[in-house]
Amino acid sequence: MPLKIRLKKQFNSFLLDVKIESESRRIGILGASGCGKSMTLRGIAGVQDVDEGYIEVNGKVLLDAAKKINIKPQKRHIGYLFQNYALFPTMSVEQNVMAGLHGGKEENRARTAAMLEKFQLKGLEKRLPGELSGGQQQRVALARIMAYQPDMILLDEPFSALDGFLSDRLQQELLEMLEDYEGTVILVSHNRDEIYRFSEELLIMQEGQMICQGKTKKMFADPQKKAAARLTGCKNITGVTLRDEHSFWIPEWGITVKSQTAIPTRTDCIGYRAHEFIPVWGERAENCIPFRLKSMAELPFERKYFLDIGNAPENKTQREEAGSEEICWFVQRDLWPELETRGLPDYLQIDIEKILYLTEN
Amino acid sequence: MEDLTTLLQSLDWSPLWISLKTGIVATVFSFFLGIWAARRVVKAGPKVKAVLDGLLTLPMVLPPTVAGFFLLLIFSTRRPLGAMLYDSFSIKVVQTWLGCILAATVISFPLMYRNARAAFEQIDVNLIYAGRTLGMSESRIFWKVVIPTAGPGVASGTILTFARALGEYGATSMLAGNIPGKTGTISQKIAMVIQDGNYATAGIWVAIIMLIAFGIIVLMNLVSGKKMKNIKRW
Repeated sequence: MPLKIRLKKQFNSFLLDVKIESESRRIGILGASGCGKSMTLRGIAGVQDVDEGYIEVNGKVLLDAAKKINIKPQKRHIGYLFQNYALFPTMSVEQNVMAGLHGGKEENRARTAAMLEKFQLKGLEKRLPGELSGGQQQRVALARIMAYQPDMILLDEPFSALDGFLSDRLQQELLEMLEDYEGTVILVSHNRDEIYRFSEELLIMQEGQMICQGKTKKMFADPQKKAAARLTGCKNITGVTLRDEHSFWIPEWGITVKSQTAIPTRTDCIGYRAHEFIPVWGERAENCIPFRLKSMAELPFERKYFLDIGNAPENKTQREEAGSEEICWFVQRDLWPELETRGLPDYLQIDIEKILYLTEN
Repeated sequence: MEDLTTLLQSLDWSPLWISLKTGIVATVFSFFLGIWAARRVVKAGPKVKAVLDGLLTLPMVLPPTVAGFFLLLIFSTRRPLGAMLYDSFSIKVVQTWLGCILAATVISFPLMYRNARAAFEQIDVNLIYAGRTLGMSESRIFWKVVIPTAGPGVASGTILTFARALGEYGATSMLAGNIPGKTGTISQKIAMVIQDGNYATAGIWVAIIMLIAFGIIVLMNLVSGKKMKNIKRW
């Protein structure tokens, strides 16, 4: 199921310049707000003009600016699930689902009925979108798209308008409903959990460009780029100076880390996930960081410690330059009793296996 | 009291019918022209939009006599277009009911256009995008999605347009004149009887037109208030 996309669009000072090539059926695009994710989807659907571009879906060319081919959005057969669902407010549920159908009256009616059944909307046919819950609205929007039988579906931040609990359930619902859909689906989101759950392949977007692409699980395990590490939720990212093949100096944290395996030579910073620190009481072991508690936030299932490293007494002498770096340490609930009996650890130890080796660009 | 009854009985009601007829016909024209123009402007780029909007709003901000001047300039039978219309099609605008309609349409058009445009611009553009990605044609999107969604705004625009067309005076008096039973509208009637010092008759017509105008505004509030059910009372 090959997908080939190249889009370029200058928008005031913002330049969108994206390239997507994928064989996957479930593609996720992760990026911060305002990085051009939605613009990319609108460009693919054809509701946003682009300056230059090429779009091919399943061997069908939808846009080839060089050859002056630009299929109208009406003829692209791409389903678009908008963030706010964009249900037609004056049409009933039934009319909304039927809006995109071009068959005969009977055929349309039958297909609409089947979709309403499939998306558990029976009994709501005559309601207006304003009279539905968020979850029901999303199902109507999806039913409307599915009735239209698109070749590809684009999901534009479909859960960001919903509260936590509902969003969780709807994600599950959406995944189940999309299960038997054979076409390609692209999900765009700034929420890494959504993306992780949904996509086989992941693209990471920053300031209008796709900065990396790979299998989702692998990208989370080894993001390689600094921006990718940050977007996949890595809280501690800091610059490093390579000493030799097996060790590097972290100036901001004031330690030299030694590794058994070779360190990638292009590494200029590392990431360390906030859950992965090992608390150490007493004797300072290898790869240990002294710290001072700055603040702590307690959440229902997790404690977030914000730790000051620059001001830890032992670091003052070691540090090459002054400055205060903060690290985050997240502690799951099951570790709380130990912390309560033994107090805060003296050091946080880095597990070498868990270090993410990153490059700036 | 008796005076009033005799006055009402002897009153020539033709200004009311002429005004109502003019108002309705002019509103129909303004309705379609205004929606058409609003759709064009909403789709235009920022520079074209600024110029186009200026031109289309002009009749609203200029004195009606300026509109009357231009209309005369175009449609006077001594002018090329006016002469051509009269000679070839026997269409005469000056001093006819057609002139009433034309003047009222030109003056009331900006109200329709501006209200329709404001209503269109309020619409979530994603609705239009959604229509496109669902394969709906542009005109289908417009009539099935945009117009119903913009309904309250368009409706209140239409009512205001009617109110404005109903009371038009300046351009009408210049173009259509005040021919009793033919082009004599309520507002022209009021001006005329006051010149004769007949304040009683003028008062009746003032009361009538005020009643209509008040009714229209209340109606408009009810129409546009419908959509805002959840607006909180202060």
